[in-house]
Amino acid sequence: MIVYGVALLGICLLAGVILGDLIGQTIGVQANVGGVGIAMLLLVVVASKSNKRIQLGALTGQGISFWSAMYIPIVVAMAAKQNVLGAIEGGPLALLAGIAAVVASFVMIPLLSRIGEPAEPLPILETQEKVDSEPSSNG
Amino acid sequence: MDSVVEALTKLNLITAFVFVGLVIWVSYWLSDVLSKGKFHGSAIAIIIGLILAYVGGLVAGGEKGLADIGFLAGVGVLGGAMFRDFAIVATAFGADLDDFKRSGFVGMMSVVLGVVLSFTVGALIAVAFGYTDPVDISTIGAGAATYIVGPVTGTALGASSEVIALSVGAGLVKSILVMVGTPAVAKFIGLNNTKSAMIFGGLMGTTSGVAGGLAATDPRLVPYGALTATFYTGIGCLLAPSILYLIVRSLTG
Repeated sequence: MIVYGVALLGICLLAGVILGDLIGQTIGVQANVGGVGIAMLLLVVVASKSNKRIQLGALTGQGISFWSAMYIPIVVAMAAKQNVLGAIEGGPLALLAGIAAVVASFVMIPLLSRIGEPAEPLPILETQEKVDSEPSSNG
Repeated sequence: MDSVVEALTKLNLITAFVFVGLVIWVSYWLSDVLSKGKFHGSAIAIIIGLILAYVGGLVAGGEKGLADIGFLAGVGVLGGAMFRDFAIVATAFGADLDDFKRSGFVGMMSVVLGVVLSFTVGALIAVAFGYTDPVDISTIGAGAATYIVGPVTGTALGASSEVIALSVGAGLVKSILVMVGTPAVAKFIGLNNTKSAMIFGGLMGTTSGVAGGLAATDPRLVPYGALTATFYTGIGCLLAPSILYLIVRSLTG
């Protein structure tokens, strides 16, 4: 049942956010600590376990893959609801602080990538496949 | 005309599905026509989204871009944190647990380093602009981490609302720049594998920026970058008002 996949996804997100809130409270922070990340790990663990013991039905997988494929449309909607005007009206200090933080962080990526074992680049995809690749590769 | 707007407003989430579908369709068409598909359609779609958000801000004068225009309120729901996080978790389906484990340590290290780095850079710029109060400097530094860490830190330290607004501005600039800039620099910073994606998410930390930037670069990297990025705001809210503020206070004497 497709809805089982959607519900499983919901359970993972709810559990992750609740745990993230608890971690935040425990360390005395007014924010969720890694809730979505914990939810992702839960989903990956459930999916990898189910391959071995219980079969996660193909239709259940479709319920998750649909939302994975909706990711880019949701990100486009997210872009359209950003406070772009607010960012621009923040003035030169806000603009410069934001830009400098991004540039400094970009520069650090190749340096940090040298720590530990090197990673292989992902195989190259055809551009047009990219949006549609999620459901087929996961389905 | 009125009845059309009324229907679009009443069914605003459905209107948002249609709107986003149209934006993506136009973007892929532009990608094909202008760059023969070399410049990703999803990157164009995100840029169009941001331009429309700016227009929405001008027209409606709110803080939610296009979503402040009545019949497009659904864009705010579809693009809000709830659906965003739901879809981000879904992208982890099919991600490789071993890849997460392999780069977990350097990924988590990059979160702490990213918070300290952005905070330091933001704080230095605040000093360059003439701020001397450690509370102001720390709040602006925290805003350079993310637009959530900024106000949380500012509120905890008792910063003025003007400085808190500046910190939100810095965080917004960062998140938008990461969305737009990532596909352009991906090649130069080696952002083509799961490990560098985890480091990228950890260093940048802005969930929206990382979500948008990786979507426009290579959607297969999304789960890896998003995983580390989701720890960033929490760690930032932990470090900025405490140890980082104390360091700033001792340095400013």
